[in-house]
Amino acid sequence: MKRAGFATKWLPILLLVPQLTIIAVFFYWPAAHAVQSSFYLQDPFGFGSSFVGFDNYSDLMDNREYRRIAWFTVIFTVLVTFFSLAIALLLAVKADKVIRGAKSYRTLIMWVYAVAPPVAGFIGLILFNQSWGPLTRLIGQFGHQFTLGVNYTDTAFAMVLVSVWKQVPVNFIFFLSGLQSIPKSVREAALIDNRSASGRFWDVTFPLLAPTGFFLLIINITYALFDTFGVIDTLVKGEPGNNPMTLVYKVYVDGFRGNDLGGSSAQSVILMILVLALTVFQFRMLERRIHYT
Amino acid sequence: MAQVHLNDLHKVYPNGYEALKPSSFHIEDGEFVVLVGPSGCGKSTLLRMVAGLEEITAGALKIDDKVVNHVDPADRDIAMVFQNYALYPHMTVRKNIAYGLQNRKVAKDEIARKVDEAAEMLNLGEYLDRKPSQLSGGQRQRVAMGRAIVRDPSLFLFDEPLSNLDAKLRHQMRIEIKALQRRLGVTSIYVTHDQVEAMTMADRIIVMNAGRIEQIGTPEEVYHRPASTFVASFMGAPPMNLLPGEIADSALRFAGMELEGCGREAGPIVFGVRPEDILPDEDGALMLDVEIVEELGAHRLLHGTMGGEQVTMHVGKETAVSTGPLSVSVVPEAVSLFDPDSGLRLS
Repeated sequence: MKRAGFATKWLPILLLVPQLTIIAVFFYWPAAHAVQSSFYLQDPFGFGSSFVGFDNYSDLMDNREYRRIAWFTVIFTVLVTFFSLAIALLLAVKADKVIRGAKSYRTLIMWVYAVAPPVAGFIGLILFNQSWGPLTRLIGQFGHQFTLGVNYTDTAFAMVLVSVWKQVPVNFIFFLSGLQSIPKSVREAALIDNRSASGRFWDVTFPLLAPTGFFLLIINITYALFDTFGVIDTLVKGEPGNNPMTLVYKVYVDGFRGNDLGGSSAQSVILMILVLALTVFQFRMLERRIHYT
Repeated sequence: MAQVHLNDLHKVYPNGYEALKPSSFHIEDGEFVVLVGPSGCGKSTLLRMVAGLEEITAGALKIDDKVVNHVDPADRDIAMVFQNYALYPHMTVRKNIAYGLQNRKVAKDEIARKVDEAAEMLNLGEYLDRKPSQLSGGQRQRVAMGRAIVRDPSLFLFDEPLSNLDAKLRHQMRIEIKALQRRLGVTSIYVTHDQVEAMTMADRIIVMNAGRIEQIGTPEEVYHRPASTFVASFMGAPPMNLLPGEIADSALRFAGMELEGCGREAGPIVFGVRPEDILPDEDGALMLDVEIVEELGAHRLLHGTMGGEQVTMHVGKETAVSTGPLSVSVVPEAVSLFDPDSGLRLS
């Protein structure tokens, strides 16, 4: 194939400038700033700072609360990722079989995608309202006094529930299009080869969905780690107190509430490294195994 | 091996489209039947109904005297070869072939033996551990065949299996499939839109058009005694010449010329004659005005007009030809007569 080229080398650079500017201003500059401030300790009133080397990092490693939050983040991420993928896959498989009114079902499932995270969190607040929230009442029927924002487990449950609800539509769209891109005749061949529907799903459909599934796994882990900020912030009403929070929320709480810019920066650098590792892993896997054509 | 009975099999889609009008026929044990027709004629729908991939609206489908209308495709003891091969892309060739057996609780060593046997038969031995994406079109087609034969089904179903292959490979696979079917003796239904495939492979041909069976017969019958003008023009390349004529005084009149010896009632008629049944003849009653000579090496096709109608004629390579008027005659016993309104064969 012939590759199109530019006559001068300045035009492509000129065309790249807007994108590069955006990346530089909104990513590289703050990232560099975060790395820099992670080596400093700010005075409580923000007048100056002194170089402390790796103290901010070593403090984090010794900090029991930080480890507790890291552990909660892991559990939270696993739960959110697993349930949003599993529920979305189930819905997609069912929706794929619907013939009549298929569009309405799909639209109904997808519209949640358009809800902004804080709005999703707010809907969660309404559902779990202490005095008249329908879910609070429902759970009350089973003899449990649900107290959002007071009970640690209850709050964690609400966070997971709202986060999953918010993410299911995205996964649903991808799984559904993944299912529909499986050739009809391959499914029909399986129909002749295997009489068990669940056998066909696990032997043929599921492996053919694996590339979609792997892509979504990474997207969902990233979502659970970072994009749930809005949901968490709304659910704990900005007053974390004794409530569960994720590492990203802790960055915000320490930096902006606690005025500990150095410690907060060190935390965000750790998160940056985590994302970097995740991305490298994703590209390695994509290159190596998970495609068939 | 099995017999297949179709009793008024009928298919109407939920949107009201009638894909298959009530159709009946019977396939003998070990017979190779080809369903042929233009696209949209219902031949694939019919095959898929036999496979169990399409629901049967009405009528009965019997495989070996057992009504299988509501039997799962996996329980009909059939194997199907799809147009685009439909191999499982994530499985190796070996797994592709073995998958149907694994689900039928066949013992492991038995599966291994059968897969090796099928691979041997189809020259797939060295590809067993490859994925379908690493194979050529012809090899994929062979894997699809292997997947079918390894199961020892009582019925093979082929859905245009060769249409994705290039002409040379198609020719070769045509012979291979036919030979394989002969060897295994398995009853087969083969769908194609290619009339050459139908002629060369079939024990019996079923010609379909617009959801209806036009004719059932051996390749010779379908070719020489087409049941309708549709069959006459669909089978054969070039197709049968169909010319409007008239019967008067028990003679066939056509464009001012006369053919004796037709003891039929007077009236309009369509008369059909194959290109090879028109012969150059100095004393011939008919005049063909040759416009184009098509050179095909072994023989030639002469295209021209006869009484204002387009006519194609077939002559051997030893016949000297040129454009311009040519006296010809028609082999009388090779003439087919059709009703001009219904298009059906007369006599």
